[in-house]
Amino acid sequence: MDAMLHITTLHYLVLGAALFLLGVIGVLTRRNVVIVLMSIELILNAVNLNLVAFSRYWQGMPGHFGGPGALHGQVFAIFVITDAAAEAAVGLGILIAFFRNKETVNVDEVNLLKW
Amino acid sequence: MNPPVATPFFFYLLAATMIVGGILVITRKNAVHSALALITTLLAQAALYLMLYAPFVAGVQIILYAGGIMVLFLFVIMLISIERAAKERQFNKQWLVGGVAALALGGLFISVYLKTTQGKMLFPEGRMAYGESQNTQAIAALLFDRHAGQYMFAFEIASLLLLVAIIGAVVMAKKRI
Repeated sequence: MDAMLHITTLHYLVLGAALFLLGVIGVLTRRNVVIVLMSIELILNAVNLNLVAFSRYWQGMPGHFGGPGALHGQVFAIFVITDAAAEAAVGLGILIAFFRNKETVNVDEVNLLKW
Repeated sequence: MNPPVATPFFFYLLAATMIVGGILVITRKNAVHSALALITTLLAQAALYLMLYAPFVAGVQIILYAGGIMVLFLFVIMLISIERAAKERQFNKQWLVGGVAALALGGLFISVYLKTTQGKMLFPEGRMAYGESQNTQAIAALLFDRHAGQYMFAFEIASLLLLVAIIGAVVMAKKRI
C-alpha cells in the first residue's frame, strides 16, 4: 500500500509503458490512417513522459550528472515534440495526396509499393 | 520549494484520464472522436509534467500539441471524407497478430520493470528541483547559452528538420508542382 501511495519515477514509467502499448495496438490493428497517425502521437507522448520522469529523477540525485540543473530529459522532450510536429505535417501531407489518388483512408489499400 | 499536495490522488486521476483517453483513441469509429480523446490525453499529460516540475514542457505540450498538431489533425479530418471510413471495418485482418505482438511487448516491459526493481527500493524521489520561475531559464541556458549550451547544434538541426518538413508537406499536399 505504501508503494501505491508514494509516487516514484517507476509509476510514471509504468504509465508511459501502458500508453506506449496502447499506441502500438492502435498502429498494428487500426485501418484508418488518421487514427494510425494519432497512435504514433500516443507512442511519442509515452516516450516524452519517460524522458521528463527521468529528468525529475536525476534532479533529485547528487553528483556530477544530478542536481537541479539536470534538465536534459526536458530538453530532449522538447526535441521529441518538434519531431512529432514535423512527422505530423509530413504524414498528413502524404495522407492528403493518398486520399486524392485513391479516395480512401484505409491502410490496407496502400499497396502500390507492395511486391 | 513546497512539495506538491495530494500527489497520489492527482497522479492516479491523471493517469486514469490518460489511459481512458488512449483506449478511446484506438477504439472509436469516428476520427473526430479519437482526436478529441487524444487532446484530453495530451492535456492530462501536461498536468503530469507540472507534477514533475517541468512547467516549460507542460506549456509547450499544451500550445504545440493540443493547440497546434491536433488542430492540424482536425483540419485534415475535415478535408477527407470520414463517412465512408466510419462505415467500414475498423480493424485490419492482422489484428490478432498485432494484439499478440503488443501483448508480448507488454510482457517484456513488465519483466524488465520487475527485474530492475528487484531487491531494492523503487526509484527514490528526490526533493531537489528548480522552482517554476527558474525552470524555463535553465532550459533556455541549456539550449542557447554560449558557454553552457550543449544543445545549440541540435537546436539548429531541429530547425532545419522543421524547414524540410514544411517543404515536404507542401510538396505532398499540392495538386501539381
